[in-house]
Amino acid sequence: MDIRWDILAEYAPFFAKGTLLTIGLSIASIIIGCVLGLFIGIGKMSKNKWIALPFNCYITFFRGTPLLVQILLVHFGLVPLVLGQTNGITAAITALSLNSAAYVAEIFRAGIQSIDKGQMEAARSLGMNHRQAMRFVILPQAFKRMIPPLGNEFIVLIKDSSLAAIIAVKELIYWGQALQGQYYRVWEPYITAALIYLVLTFSLSLVLSRLERRLATE
Amino acid sequence: MIEVKNLKKTFGKNEVLKKINVTIKPQEVVVVIGPSGSGKSTFLRCINLLESITDGQVFIEGVDVTDKKTDINKIRTEVGMVFQQFNLFPHKTVIQNIMLAPMKVRNIPEEKARAKGMELLAKVGLADKAEAYPDSLSGGQKQRVAIARALAMEPKIMLFDEPTSALDPEMVGEVLEVMKQLAKEGMTMVVVTHEMGFAREVGDRVLLMDGGIIVEENVPQELFEHPQEERTIAFLSKVL
Repeated sequence: MDIRWDILAEYAPFFAKGTLLTIGLSIASIIIGCVLGLFIGIGKMSKNKWIALPFNCYITFFRGTPLLVQILLVHFGLVPLVLGQTNGITAAITALSLNSAAYVAEIFRAGIQSIDKGQMEAARSLGMNHRQAMRFVILPQAFKRMIPPLGNEFIVLIKDSSLAAIIAVKELIYWGQALQGQYYRVWEPYITAALIYLVLTFSLSLVLSRLERRLATE
Repeated sequence: MIEVKNLKKTFGKNEVLKKINVTIKPQEVVVVIGPSGSGKSTFLRCINLLESITDGQVFIEGVDVTDKKTDINKIRTEVGMVFQQFNLFPHKTVIQNIMLAPMKVRNIPEEKARAKGMELLAKVGLADKAEAYPDSLSGGQKQRVAIARALAMEPKIMLFDEPTSALDPEMVGEVLEVMKQLAKEGMTMVVVTHEMGFAREVGDRVLLMDGGIIVEENVPQELFEHPQEERTIAFLSKVL
């Protein structure tokens, strides 16, 4: 297997641009997904069955259907319906956010429910109202437990953002496919893309494990 | 100080408390004993409404806690509680555990809350552990911190829910010592415990609960030495 370094050099600027867009898509979707997921997670925890129902349906739908299908639905259906025309980046961010929100919601719920109920009782017995108990006692502890599963979810999201290539969003894989199309080369574009994804996900897990260590209390 | 009237509590079909009537006077130390499953803890938890009350009323300093208009958070600031499992906040240091509620609920400035916290830690003999995290403490130390944390709100009443039951035997004494001290200072206390020695020595009155009712109540000396009821005799023969 010979490697055509000249092609890689030629495509380097495109890979750079693609990487930036991949990072952008991921960060935007992580942020929106988290905010949305928080909201959906709280909704799902409602004691009122009728309030929890739509949130349950949301999670079931977005966890139970392929992300690729969701991207296509958003790109060709939802975005044109709202904006009047297609927009790849908007569609990619929307689909990735909606999808990860379903997972984040479950991580959030599991995190909160994993905290011993004695913690809430102790906080309430000291006169804190429910909101204060959540804010000062439950959530800080839940957050700590949520870091590893959230890290997983973010890593999955970074990798899944490659599916946006299918709707011609010019991220990393898009440029890989362009290279393949132009030169009929396979190893150069995809090994490069794989390595770049690896660097992105590995850096993220480093950041998260550092955060986890900083929050340790022993 | 505390008046419990016809208190009933059911979990589903299970009737845990059946018509409890108790009056607890200021500065009184009431010890609640009885076999497990007799409703002792539930009774205690109904006083500060950690359990919802099925029927009946609980008055704390004349305020009906079952009244929907009552601000239960305000009542709870007056009623400290110590749990069997300590329930310290593991993400906060010992001193932060103690300062949290005074600062957030009573809006006491940080320096003042810290000074008060250190004073209480000194009182329970743990001033040197202020910056430690709960995970690094022994059970007895944790429970003493929990007592200091409850005292930081300057409650008028303290509820103890089997405070020594989760402790290794050699640590029971240090916790009971703090509680004795508290009783001596005139704190109104309701203590659910299996420590008969403590009940006898510190209690002003002992309630024996079984099957969701108060079977017998008396001053410790009388209750332990001249029990009147069958069930009291049966229970005491097992524990003494």
